[in-house]
Amino acid sequence: MSALPPLNWGVVVFPGTNCEIETVYVLKELLGQDARTVWHRETDLSEFDGLILAGGFAHGDYLRAGAVARFSPVMDSISRFAADGGAVVGICNGFQVLVEAGLLPGAMLHNRSRRFLSRWVNLRAEASSSPLLSGLTPGEVFRVPAAHGEGCFFADPDVLAEMTANGQIAFRYCGEDGAVTDTANPNGSLECIAGVTNAGGNVLALMPHPERAAEAVLGGDDGRRILESIIRGARPRLARAA
Amino acid sequence: MARARITIRLKPTVLDTQGAVVKTALHSLGFDGVLDVHMGKSIQLDLEAGVGRSEVEAMCRQLLANPVIEDFEIELTDGANA
Repeated sequence: MSALPPLNWGVVVFPGTNCEIETVYVLKELLGQDARTVWHRETDLSEFDGLILAGGFAHGDYLRAGAVARFSPVMDSISRFAADGGAVVGICNGFQVLVEAGLLPGAMLHNRSRRFLSRWVNLRAEASSSPLLSGLTPGEVFRVPAAHGEGCFFADPDVLAEMTANGQIAFRYCGEDGAVTDTANPNGSLECIAGVTNAGGNVLALMPHPERAAEAVLGGDDGRRILESIIRGARPRLARAA
Repeated sequence: MARARITIRLKPTVLDTQGAVVKTALHSLGFDGVLDVHMGKSIQLDLEAGVGRSEVEAMCRQLLANPVIEDFEIELTDGANA
């Protein structure tokens, strides 16, 4: 496969975010990207080709995970970045922030078990319409770690129907064989949903951590293929300005 | 000083896993008469006089509750404009 396009990524950091260092590391050291952290008070995102909202506990996850982060100064700029067609990717807590901010449909509930989930899960790529996922084959299975307390995705039936019809379901939890079953569902998510996109396909989020599975030495590198697809599908800054 | 008490609960269409766990615990203690448990949050706001219900409702919609999954009730006391 051809080399990855060299893009510049901003990794957004709220007070309480804790996955930014490994996210920047994977982008720069493993995937040949340029990347730096973006503090939540920054508002100028014009240098970036894409943004990643990293995992953690933004603003302590007080009230609801992501509820307060939504009012950080950087969020207005992220909304504009997304409206311009820029790639915005939420991982774990970043997913929670993006649904609270209304950049993605639905909401997050506490895991049905009421316990913090921390283990490897299997994800099945769905037939998504998002360019960020065009490098994945629907049905392909990825083994990646998940670590969250509020990862049970919920949406009203009419919203879910619309998302499904639009190809906005990105990933579902599944077994090793790709079968989507209740036993493979680690957190009670509606229809085993683990990742979704907006209608435009340029905002994507998933609860598991592809950046934690980007090197075989750490137990697996399936996450790397997900990140590579995102990089290939992101619309670069110059293309958006044109 | 006016005061608002806000009760936030999951919508009836959303499974209340916390309530289900507490119900099981109450049953295990022998409180068999408990039919259902609904968990939620209680938030108290101390307000300047004159802050009205519509403003508190706006606070609930914009931050305190997530309308996708939660309902809220507001109780205003001590001279707030109802």
